[in-house]
Amino acid sequence: MAFISSGYNPAKPMEGRISDIGPRHFGEYLPPVIKENFGKWDYHEIIEPGILLHVAQSGDKTYTVRAGTARLMSVTHIGEICDIADKFSGGYVRFTTRNNLEFQVETEEAAKELKSFLNDQKFPGGAHKFPVGGTGAGVTNIVHTQGWVHCHTPATDASGTVKATMDVVFDDFQSMKLPAPVRISMACCLNMCGAVHCSDIAILGIHRKPPLLDHKYLDNLCEIPLAVAACPTGAVRPSKIEIDGETYKTVAVKQERCMFCGNCYTMCPSMPLADKDGDGIALMVGGKISNRITKPAFSKVVVPFIPNEPPRWPTMTKVIKKILDTYAADANKYERLGDWANRIGWERFFEKCELPFSEHLIDDFRDPAYYTWRQTTQFKW
Amino acid sequence: MAKHKTPMLDQLETGPWPSFVSDIKQEADARAKNEKGLDYQIPVDCPEDLLGVLEMSYEDGETHWKHGGIVGVFGYGGGVIGRYCDQPEKFPGVAHFHTVRVAQPNGKWYNTELLRNLIKIWELRGSGLTNMHGATGDIVFLGTTTPQLEEIFWELTHDLEIDLGGSGSNLRTPATCLGMSRCEYACYDTQELCYNLTQEYQDELHRPAFPYKFKFKFDGCPNGCVAAIARSDLSFIGTWKDQIKVDQEAVAAYVGGEIAPNAGAHAGRDWGAFDIQKEVVDLCPSKCITYADGKLTIDDKECVRCMHCINTMPRALKVGDERGCSVLCGAKAPILDGPQMGSLLVPFMEVNKEDDYQSIKDLIENIWDWWMEEGKNRERIGETMKRLGMSALIDAAGVPVDPRQVQEPRHNPYIFWKAEDVEGGWDRDINDFRKRHQR
Ligand code: HEM
Ligand code: HEM
Ligand code: HEM
Ligand code: SF4
Ligand code: SF4
Ligand code: SF4
Ligand code: SF4
Repeated sequence: MAFISSGYNPAKPMEGRISDIGPRHFGEYLPPVIKENFGKWDYHEIIEPGILLHVAQSGDKTYTVRAGTARLMSVTHIGEICDIADKFSGGYVRFTTRNNLEFQVETEEAAKELKSFLNDQKFPGGAHKFPVGGTGAGVTNIVHTQGWVHCHTPATDASGTVKATMDVVFDDFQSMKLPAPVRISMACCLNMCGAVHCSDIAILGIHRKPPLLDHKYLDNLCEIPLAVAACPTGAVRPSKIEIDGETYKTVAVKQERCMFCGNCYTMCPSMPLADKDGDGIALMVGGKISNRITKPAFSKVVVPFIPNEPPRWPTMTKVIKKILDTYAADANKYERLGDWANRIGWERFFEKCELPFSEHLIDDFRDPAYYTWRQTTQFKW
Repeated sequence: MAKHKTPMLDQLETGPWPSFVSDIKQEADARAKNEKGLDYQIPVDCPEDLLGVLEMSYEDGETHWKHGGIVGVFGYGGGVIGRYCDQPEKFPGVAHFHTVRVAQPNGKWYNTELLRNLIKIWELRGSGLTNMHGATGDIVFLGTTTPQLEEIFWELTHDLEIDLGGSGSNLRTPATCLGMSRCEYACYDTQELCYNLTQEYQDELHRPAFPYKFKFKFDGCPNGCVAAIARSDLSFIGTWKDQIKVDQEAVAAYVGGEIAPNAGAHAGRDWGAFDIQKEVVDLCPSKCITYADGKLTIDDKECVRCMHCINTMPRALKVGDERGCSVLCGAKAPILDGPQMGSLLVPFMEVNKEDDYQSIKDLIENIWDWWMEEGKNRERIGETMKRLGMSALIDAAGVPVDPRQVQEPRHNPYIFWKAEDVEGGWDRDINDFRKRHQR
């Protein structure tokens, strides 16, 4: 391997340097029909699952074909997407916020042709490459984080849990028979880079064991005051320890005060907390962000812990499917999952979804906990 | 012949949903064959080693990525996330595996020329693996070595005129819904505002000077397709002030069953004939719609612009003409103090390109000045707001107090009156008091 220089000269890093230019302007990448009718769209329709029609005030029409992807994708795969875009959609393609692909075509026939072409593309193992769907009252692609593929704090994998879940709810990705859209999100630790705290169904990786302490190395690798300050519950304090006759500056953790957030580890690599038995998944439900009918809402924890069961997390997917199916059978048209649970009452939600209620589901974290306790005698048996 | 046995991951190759495992294997094959004869700048077998280390995590139930490692490009505090494997001997191909965040075109529209140019860089100088896209919105190039960072940055800026995104305690790459480019609901040009502010604040994006991260997100309407209200420190959500426009003929077509409700979103199941009373009038949260004698009437003064009626009958109802955005402040994920939703700071703001969005920039800068002054290290602005109070933010932002900023008035009467609020101020004379009251 010979080093190939781009032109950058490390001896003179500022020479010819370009910085702070930001992204390219989006206007360069709009398909012609989109550009011409920018801001002048009249209405849209979902022709069938995965195919949208947008009609402009001018009468111009454009058909969108939407397909799911695993958001971790290779350059070879992106090359395939480019080939498809060159062949079918004038060389333009769009990614949605939920990691779907969208291709614009001119006619309904072309959209259907592209849909069947995309549905035919498979990996050698049998999985679809570009399954069409993700529109309307169904499940769309899962937004997620890095997991064991690339992050240092995960309590579970992201790509794997998402693949396992989407396989189980795939029918609802390709059809529109739910009462309302269902957004599933996944984050592999409490940092929630994937911010699952407002999703209809949220898969969240959680730790359950306090940090390990690498006493001999801690003071070398970490700023002890930063580790102490990082702990939101004040569980970490500076300390000294004697090992083999030598005294080390280190920290001590008041374990019963730990809520397993991993902040200390972020500040101090000598405080890892991942553990095969300790780590797993919490499921949260009933969040939303749209203002439609009801206000945006946070997701609520309904299953405090499910063990990690790679590669397919069968317990987790079974519970997700049960919640989704119960909701689908019981909710009114237009009713989001959380609105359904609010209407029937959460006690009824647990009963219908056959989920046990435990003390772990009663909030005890600071002030906001109070607003989740019941302050009325209106309840259901 | 695969370098590592991956029996657990192999099980993720079956099932209908796209398999990231199959795709990584496909990339591993392509690199092994190297049909283009590339002189790969990082280990050729890094996709295989990535699978290997991931399989090991599947067995161990623990991640094998080390934490930290400060790497980056000269002069930037963000844009690159350092990453090292904790089993470098077993998996040398991914021993150093840094992420590069690349600024995406707003709305995530691409042409294939741009995509092919991007992947060309990454094929040669990186792992060939990406996230399209990272959750903040950037293009994420997944895995390269330190010596390649400046080279990648050079090629991105010189050849593609594209910059790195943000990471660290700075402005993160702003993200927007597709807005006016393809959505009839957009109340302002989300993409243009996003682009303009991204350019305006490049310095804040690349050089961490804030107490913690700061995110802008732009939704064109209250449907919230980029989740601005939940995911951004400052959310710009499109809205309107005047009347919803009603086309009675189209209403009749919905009632008559000629047009499917909700743009056809419920087509997969037989929900029965469209019932305008039940599905629109009764579901309006402010009960401001009536339907009588074949005519739909909206008492717009009472409408809270939830979008339900418009979403349900997009051909009959249109958002009003007096458009702008609401600005909300302080959303964040649970770390540290629990999740927060954005709180309404400015009910309505004009989004005016003519003056280069000056009023929005003034608002942003007022808020930043306050947060940089008052915010603690690693405190999101939502937490600063909680600690110091909404009134302090309103005051600092220089916006008027408004009943719309609260859900309901306070429950407790512990009001922090200031001396200037009270007639005569706080200075009093105890001797004067004693003239009226014995000791
Ligand atoms: C569907 C409902 C969603 C809800 C309720 C939701 C909610 C949230 C919330 C509250 C945060 C915390 C933000 C912060 O602290 O910065 C967050 C973060 C995040 N969300 Fe979501 N989100 C949703 C969907 C999405 C979507 C569509 C995406 C991406 C495409 C996404 C990706 C992220 C990412 C990446 C973050 C972390 C960082 C960030 O704020 O950008 N989430 N989300
Ligand atoms: C202690 C706090 C946090 C730490 C140490 C942390 C650390 C990290 C790291 C290391 C990554 C890169 C992962 C990788 O690509 O290898 C990351 C990504 C990210 N973080 Fe955080 N994070 C923290 C809090 C948050 C919070 C509160 C949010 C927002 C809700 C957030 C949003 C994100 C997003 C959106 C990404 C990109 C994820 C993706 O591309 O999928 N982070 N974070
Ligand atoms: C023409 C374009 C679009 C239209 C007309 C549209 C319409 C809507 C509507 C009506 C809702 C409210 C759903 C409800 O609560 O019943 C919604 C929410 C949402 N849309 Fe879109 N949408 C469009 C494009 C997109 C795209 C491209 C994405 C991303 C892939 C997206 C992601 C979302 C998300 C994340 C929500 C929030 C769901 C929640 O409350 O959790 N939308 N959109
Ligand atoms: S959610 Fe946690 S573990 Fe997952 S990518 Fe973000 S910081 Fe890493
Ligand atoms: S994991 Fe969180 S709560 Fe536990 S000691 Fe570390 S910082 Fe404190
Ligand atoms: S937020 Fe509103 S304007 Fe933006 S894409 Fe979604 S529905 Fe359209
Ligand atoms: S937008 Fe919502 S509140 Fe306003 S009239 Fe329609 S349904 Fe009612």
